[in-house]
Amino acid sequence: MTDIRYLSPSTLDEAVSAFAAAGSAARILAGGTDLLVQMRAGSVRPGLIVDIKKISEMTAIEETADGGFRVGAAVPGAVLAEHPRFGKVWPGVLEAVNLIGSTQVQGRASAGGNLCNSSPAADSVPAMIAAGAIVTVAGPNGRREMPVEAVPAGPGRTHLKPGEILVSFTLPPRPPGSGDAYLRMIPRTEMDIAVVGCGVSLTLKGGVCTTARVGLGAVAPTVLLVEAAAKALVGSKLDDAALSAAASACSAACRPIDDKRGTIAYRTKIAGVLLKRTAAIAAQRAGGN
Amino acid sequence: MAKLHVSTTINGEPMEFLCEPNDTMLDALRGPLGLTGSKEGCASGDCGACSILLDDRLVCSCLMLSAEAQGHEIRTIEGMAHGEKLHPLQQKFLEMAALQCGICTSGMLVASDALLKKNPQPSEEEVRFWLAGNLCRCTGYDKIVRAVLETAQDMREARN
Ligand SMILES: Cc1cc2nc3c(=O)[nH]c(=O)nc-3n(C[C@H](O)[C@H](O)[C@H](O)COP(=O)(O)OP(=O)(O)OC[C@H]3O[C@@H](n4cnc5c(N)ncnc54)[C@H](O)[C@@H]3O)c2cc1C
Ligand code: FES
Ligand code: FES
Repeated sequence: MTDIRYLSPSTLDEAVSAFAAAGSAARILAGGTDLLVQMRAGSVRPGLIVDIKKISEMTAIEETADGGFRVGAAVPGAVLAEHPRFGKVWPGVLEAVNLIGSTQVQGRASAGGNLCNSSPAADSVPAMIAAGAIVTVAGPNGRREMPVEAVPAGPGRTHLKPGEILVSFTLPPRPPGSGDAYLRMIPRTEMDIAVVGCGVSLTLKGGVCTTARVGLGAVAPTVLLVEAAAKALVGSKLDDAALSAAASACSAACRPIDDKRGTIAYRTKIAGVLLKRTAAIAAQRAGGN
Repeated sequence: MAKLHVSTTINGEPMEFLCEPNDTMLDALRGPLGLTGSKEGCASGDCGACSILLDDRLVCSCLMLSAEAQGHEIRTIEGMAHGEKLHPLQQKFLEMAALQCGICTSGMLVASDALLKKNPQPSEEEVRFWLAGNLCRCTGYDKIVRAVLETAQDMREARN
């Protein structure tokens, strides 16, 4: 017999109070594609499971008044892909979210779960960081906002406070000439964990890069925002020298581990290679906008 | 701790069952509901043998709590044939020997059916990507992919 409880509140207030009251034994359930695997493996034994999918804000995709997007934390990848506009404005974020798992996993897996599970190799996180996404978090003391890169604290740990629930991602409006992209290096074409993942978002004006952001996954205990790489791109025409400088900045930011998927030397080198390729795709998309 | 009472719809029929809060939908299907067509290959989302439709969306029933079925609509392999009449995909899998041991087959069929409903004219690459989460240890996939492509063609022709 278990003493586990399952709740599926329809309001955020109910979810926050139940989650906060149950303390550290409680777990939020979005798509369950990490949580159920962890429960099955016995690494997580929640006393309370709070299913957030009946809370409308958690499953909504909205265009904001200023032309940005707000994506509920529990929106599954397959649902985001069906949105008529999201993938046109943020193709890189969408391709990153859609790389998570199989068709079946896409039917459930959310960007919120991907971020809160806090794997260094989480695919959507580098793209969300590159996009400059801000998360809204609700807890016993009300709501607060933080940049995506401030959420992960280390493998499996976040900077959310006890009782706090991720509510949504807000992506900023896109100036003309903007594009984003996400690439991951894996040994096969589907269903694998990133050896390196790279997200780039940039804006071009007359061929010159005016803003850029770079997110890098699977090369450190958390997904990284690589400001030095972005700096190397801004002001350039994305010429070879600028791309090489940005690639070196990515390699320099790496603090990877050696494992069966890749060695430290390999991951460090690939981080630079992926930056160049990802930036090229983002630039091409920016040109098409 | 009392069991949870869940009311749901399975293959178009209203159904009720009791479950533990941490039972998966696959546990409920294969246990109290007696629908053993969905298979457990891995219980971790990797193999797709447990594929079902939740509100017409393809998911792994091993990665869903059975309590989540409350008020939703589930479709399983048991709902695929019309009585004795097999679904065109089932018929084609038989004709083309797209199965050997059969463990992956119900998941393959449920997933392929979901694909053809969304995309009646998939390319071979689209079929292979769509089925990337359905593992088969026996067939080498080729016969499965061909059976799906041929069924798609037959179904398009039947509609015209
Ligand atoms: C077969 C398979 C393949 C996979 N492939 C990939 C892959 O290619 N790339 C990849 O990055 N991941 C992959 N994953 C991992 C997983 O699918 C993703 O991390 C997914 O995005 C998790 O989302 P979810 O909604 O299912 O999260 P859940 O499992 O519901 O939650 C994950 C964790 O985050 C917490 N949480 C969820 N939502 C919130 C919230 N709103 N507020 C606070 N905490 C929250 C949960 O309590 C839990 O600890 C794979 C998993 C499987 C089973
Ligand atoms: S049993 Fe569900 S995916 Fe393998
Ligand atoms: S037929 Fe045996 S696993 Fe596919």
